[in-house]
Amino acid sequence: MKNFLQKIKFDQWKAWIYLSPAIVLLLIFTVWPIFNTLRMAFWNGYGLFKELGGELQFEFGIKNFKWVVGYGGFLDCLKNTMLLTVLTVPLSTILALVIAVSLNAIKPFQRFLQTIFFLPYVTNSIAIGMVFEAMFNIVGFGTSNPSYGIINNILGVFGVDPINWINAGSGYWANIAVLVIYIVWNALPFKILILLGGLQSVNKQYYDAAKIDSTPRLRVFTKITVPLLSPMIAYVVITGFIGGFKEYSSIVGIFGDDMHAVGGESLNTMVGYIYKQLGENHEGDASAAALILFAIIFVVTMINMYVSKKKTHY
Amino acid sequence: MKIVLQNLTKVFPSRNKKSNEEVVAVSDLTFTIPDGKLVGLLGPSGCGKSTTLYMISGLQKPTGGQIFFGEDDVTSLSPENRGVGLVFQNYALYPHMTVKQNILFPLQNLKGADKLDKNTMLERALEAARLVQIDELMDRKPSELSGGQQQRVAIARALVKMPRVLLLDEPLSNLDARLRLQTREEIRRIQRETGITTIFVTHDQEEAMSISDVIVVMKLGVVQQIGKPQTVYDNPVNLFVAKFLGTPPINVFKANVKGGKLYISGEAVLDVPGVCDRDVFAAIRPEGFVPDDNGAMTCSLSSIEVMGRDVSIVSKNEAMLTPTIRSIVDADYKVSASAQSVKFNLKPHKVFIFDSETEERIYFGNQTAPETGI
Repeated sequence: MKNFLQKIKFDQWKAWIYLSPAIVLLLIFTVWPIFNTLRMAFWNGYGLFKELGGELQFEFGIKNFKWVVGYGGFLDCLKNTMLLTVLTVPLSTILALVIAVSLNAIKPFQRFLQTIFFLPYVTNSIAIGMVFEAMFNIVGFGTSNPSYGIINNILGVFGVDPINWINAGSGYWANIAVLVIYIVWNALPFKILILLGGLQSVNKQYYDAAKIDSTPRLRVFTKITVPLLSPMIAYVVITGFIGGFKEYSSIVGIFGDDMHAVGGESLNTMVGYIYKQLGENHEGDASAAALILFAIIFVVTMINMYVSKKKTHY
Repeated sequence: MKIVLQNLTKVFPSRNKKSNEEVVAVSDLTFTIPDGKLVGLLGPSGCGKSTTLYMISGLQKPTGGQIFFGEDDVTSLSPENRGVGLVFQNYALYPHMTVKQNILFPLQNLKGADKLDKNTMLERALEAARLVQIDELMDRKPSELSGGQQQRVAIARALVKMPRVLLLDEPLSNLDARLRLQTREEIRRIQRETGITTIFVTHDQEEAMSISDVIVVMKLGVVQQIGKPQTVYDNPVNLFVAKFLGTPPINVFKANVKGGKLYISGEAVLDVPGVCDRDVFAAIRPEGFVPDDNGAMTCSLSSIEVMGRDVSIVSKNEAMLTPTIRSIVDADYKVSASAQSVKFNLKPHKVFIFDSETEERIYFGNQTAPETGI
């Protein structure tokens, strides 16, 4: 019996030793920052400058939260973030579903097209942003001889007058439209990959059975494909919402650090706001904003999980 | 609905691009399935029986030949227009739908003049469920059902649209031994009650023999023999059919015919009038042996298995081609387990001889070739 206990202890020590590198790294880079964020968020007016200035005593309280919510810029950021998320997640999910089903249905070039659809995933998002900027840009805007980007040229073929997408004086909704296109395109590959994987693991006999029962194509899609894919769709939607709330780099990619078109409305998001507060040494406010963002993501994910549990069938 | 298969052929192109070896799954299949019969397609795996079934369903296109349902040529018709019900080997029940929704699904697909109103659909679904005795499980999901219950749901789903033909792919293979016995009686009953021409595929000869009106024995894409199960068992046309049917399997010996007598390891065991001298395979059904102290055939005794009604004598003989010789005799015969050897006389109608090269049947005495029609 004693031997047995000793053995267990030794085995446990071995396990702890094996786990220690991961645990140490997690403690330093995940647990401590989370703890520190909590601490900073509830220290009224916490900021590095103040600390360096010798004012080391901070009161505990929710002043940071009050200040963040009360500040007008934050609500704009919240609005932008919500808007982008609500627009892009359904759009990219439906598009990804259609593309995945079509990809799954064709035999020739399947691999080739899969690679093409996967390219955005391995491309830097800032680089993609710059390309998108070039596509929507108008070079020499306001001069007598402007040179339009490819999007306006294509629209021109259909007789549409050039639209000011992102240049000085461009409208808020034009900016949002560009961002939605960019974010959807950027989000597609991951979703297509997940859904295509799901489709390929669906037993072909369900489709044979549907064929024997002369099921129309649309009904096969809505009554068989979508329900059988529902766990993957739920996963894609949940991660999509989380990603959407963390949207930041796409705006920087197209509009630069200012996060708005010249003379246009701010396109800043929650994460953008947090970075900005950090840049201005308002760590307390940044932490409070981060916690608010966390709370929003948490609530939305819970709702998502609750709905998907009801809607995914098996 | 009568089903006619005419010169039906299916060739699969080779998977390997370098070699041009094509796989002939079904070769020149011609036979007629009479209306309202239960037909078993029987053969070892890879014999083309499932391919034949899928060609009848329309899920696979034949390379050559024609398929008729009654007088209609359905060869080029897609599966949805053939009016067949198909029960898949693993049932393919939609996992996200309840039993009721599964059974209703084919009815909800009906269009135009065939379209039914909700109440009629529900009635039809309930009727189908009652036929297979699952009407109490209507609100369950397939994952909450046993294998046998899932099987019934699959049959109900296939029957609910009143198909012209019912096709079953290995319907019993996923069930345990007891349920298999029960379910095959069930399939027989449902087929009798509905009168729908039914074709099922199986590799289990006992299953096919027990419930089919007609069995079709296939090997490597070629039909070997078609007939009533008892006829095929009693009168196989070649060695393959003789070996494939029957449990325990038939005993095969290397033998030769000389002067109208069949010789097995040097002993003249049976008169075979009308056969000229040649090397043959002799196949003897287990019930074809009659123990007799003065019997013509001598075998060395290995063991005796008493099974109540019957006694199974396991013996050996140097000319045998099967691992042992298994004979089943009435329990009234007393055979001493300590004996070294056992002697048998043979029942002539339980002995079949086959050409040693072509393995085709050689008929002797009053044996005659079976009728080819169904």
